[in-house]
Amino acid sequence: MRALRFNRKQLCIPYAVFLVCFVIAPLLVIVFYAFTNGQGQFTFDNFVNFFLSTNTLGTLVYSFALAIVTTLVCLIIAYPTAYILARSNFKKKYVLLLLFILPMWINFTLRITALKEILSFIEGNISAYPFLNSVIGMTYDFLPFMILPLYNSLSKLDKNLIEAASDLGASRFTVFLRVTLPLSVPGIISGVTMVLLPSMTNYVVLDMLYNSTYIMGSLIGSYFSAYDWNNGSLISLVLLVIIFIVTLISNRFSDKDSENRGAVL
Amino acid sequence: MSKSENVTKSTRKAPKSENIIELIDVRKVFDDETIAVDCFNLKVKKGEFVTFLGPSGCGKTTTLRMIAGFELPTSGQILLNGEDISKLPPNKRPVNTVFQKYALFPHLNVYENIAFGLRLKKVENTYTNKNGESYKKLERLTKAEIDKKVKKALEIVDLEGFEKRSVSTLSGGQQQRIAIARAIVNEPEILLLDEPLGALDLKMRKEMQIELKNMHKKLGITFIYVTHDQEEALTMSDKIVVINDGDIQQTGTPAEIYNEPVNTFVADFIGESNIFNGAVVGNLKVKFCGATFDCLDDYEINQLVDVVVRPEDIKICKPGEGQLKGKVISTVFKGVHYETTVAIGKFEIVIQSTASAEVGSVIGLKIEPDGIHLMEKVYTVNKYDGVITKNNTVKFGDGEFECDVTQLYPNSHVDEEGYLITANGEKLDLTGVEVNVEVGTHDIQMSDDMDAGGAQGNIISMIYKGDHYRYIVRTEENEEDYVLSCPDLWNTGDLVSIIIPKEKIKLSLVPTGENKK
Repeated sequence: MRALRFNRKQLCIPYAVFLVCFVIAPLLVIVFYAFTNGQGQFTFDNFVNFFLSTNTLGTLVYSFALAIVTTLVCLIIAYPTAYILARSNFKKKYVLLLLFILPMWINFTLRITALKEILSFIEGNISAYPFLNSVIGMTYDFLPFMILPLYNSLSKLDKNLIEAASDLGASRFTVFLRVTLPLSVPGIISGVTMVLLPSMTNYVVLDMLYNSTYIMGSLIGSYFSAYDWNNGSLISLVLLVIIFIVTLISNRFSDKDSENRGAVL
Repeated sequence: MSKSENVTKSTRKAPKSENIIELIDVRKVFDDETIAVDCFNLKVKKGEFVTFLGPSGCGKTTTLRMIAGFELPTSGQILLNGEDISKLPPNKRPVNTVFQKYALFPHLNVYENIAFGLRLKKVENTYTNKNGESYKKLERLTKAEIDKKVKKALEIVDLEGFEKRSVSTLSGGQQQRIAIARAIVNEPEILLLDEPLGALDLKMRKEMQIELKNMHKKLGITFIYVTHDQEEALTMSDKIVVINDGDIQQTGTPAEIYNEPVNTFVADFIGESNIFNGAVVGNLKVKFCGATFDCLDDYEINQLVDVVVRPEDIKICKPGEGQLKGKVISTVFKGVHYETTVAIGKFEIVIQSTASAEVGSVIGLKIEPDGIHLMEKVYTVNKYDGVITKNNTVKFGDGEFECDVTQLYPNSHVDEEGYLITANGEKLDLTGVEVNVEVGTHDIQMSDDMDAGGAQGNIISMIYKGDHYRYIVRTEENEEDYVLSCPDLWNTGDLVSIIIPKEKIKLSLVPTGENKK
């Protein structure tokens, strides 16, 4: 019997099958549903419904506001943390880094439930501050995704560049502003990408923290639970396009930067 | 721009002393308690090209970084024009650095890299107001001024027209030039260069050496240059500071360092050297390699010295004519000269000469007195050739001492019959095995009880060393020397017995096939 032998092309078959089954086919299904009505006829109704309804547009704005605030808060907390972790000679810094990463090892539901208890202890009636609580919950959930890329890009920063800048007369603050910050832009971008998009859709956090306002995720959920596949799919498609545009913009930034970075190596 | 016409740039303060920078007892101890720099004292004159030369890890870069301000000295002072700057941060010092790996800012183009320091700089301008009173104002440089200075700097490093280029598109040599331009554009009082040519290939390096030297002449700035390349140091410097183990070994002009090394380290590190053990046997007479030579260095009789002879200071002559006679072992053509190795008894001498000699032939060697450099021996350890005896003692230096033979093989032990059992259970008879013996100068004691020690000899020299005396005890039979430190006072000529504790005798096996010198 001839031994089983693969060439490289054959090795990609499982991946291709997976891709078709779980990425391409669902995408096509979404596109199909988005532009058809319940009877399977081609229509732009869903599209018009979404962009003409103040309800759905309000949800889009609210989602954006929540996501942007969450991202900013994450960035404000994560940058100094990552900076201290990356620049200090502190021997136990890996322990410290682990402390920030560790929550990711604990079940999400458990974490948010615990957070809910803490918030109700502090605030009394937690449904009084839905936006604030949602931001806190999202920040708590997504902070590691901001810290890690920032830590990566800051710890890769050549110490000689910092020394060169201060040698040329820059104070500590100027060094940060003119060297450290511009060179950590790739880290900021990948952190922002990883936090901004999920926080537009992660409605479980809102549900668990008694925030009844809809965000994009909850909108899709509600359509789907009412068996309205068409409108739900359209909103998914809109999100997809938004994600695509944001990725495109951020890639542009980091591409430009990685080109420059390659120069040092 | 509302500048009045009679703007005058304030001139730089005149130096208070002629030394632009002065290091006084500078010491640097790192967190892990390694001493990087120990008691560094140095004065650099304005406009000098000074090179710190030493092997890697000797503390030269640390010293440079302390001058730049990246490291703070643990103790001691750094004076710039007579003012203490040891605690100032780097951005407050009128000093600029060229880094080994260039450290150009990757997110800025060539122009912005060079202009980086200029944009941060504030200059004191003097104005005259309408009433004729002059007043001073700190101001940033204008765009036109920065433009002019960047252009000039690019001209100096020969890269005109590169302003808009991204630093990533430049070759290593070009990047280094930009790094130099970025530093000199700020008109520092001192330019620090940390092995700036280390990353360049040989040809580029040679070119840059000449260019740096020319730049130094043109700019008149004091250069402090760090390198481990002795040739680079000799070519470029006005003054070389040879550093080893955090200490200055010697300071001098390239010619002084090369021709008059103060110790064997300098002699060995700079150029090639033959180094022998010698003893002063008369007024300006030294004995080494079994012959007596006239020399120019004055030392006391019986002083033990290191003798350094440069390969090019040895002349080849007919056998019987020179002071030495030996057999040629090898000869290699090196372009300008031949490098000939000659064996004289158990010694080997390397000679560089335009004359060649055939391998195997016997030739005479002549050394003029000015080619012989004597330097006081620095002792830390005594070394001997020894032999293990039947009783597992070791014979060396005209004596016999008890020792621990198990140290020759890890995890071994001695059985009742006196055989050595190794870790794998192998049984060895060590009788007659040749070993290298090392004994520290502090581990040897003297006694006037002749039977107490393993060897006997007379004290031939004693030198007071501050808190102890250093004695040399010489045996009668083969004139073997023991160098030892002892706080008690003995007299020269005393007959003493040498005691060495069993555990202080360090033994190691002579590697087979080793060429003994």
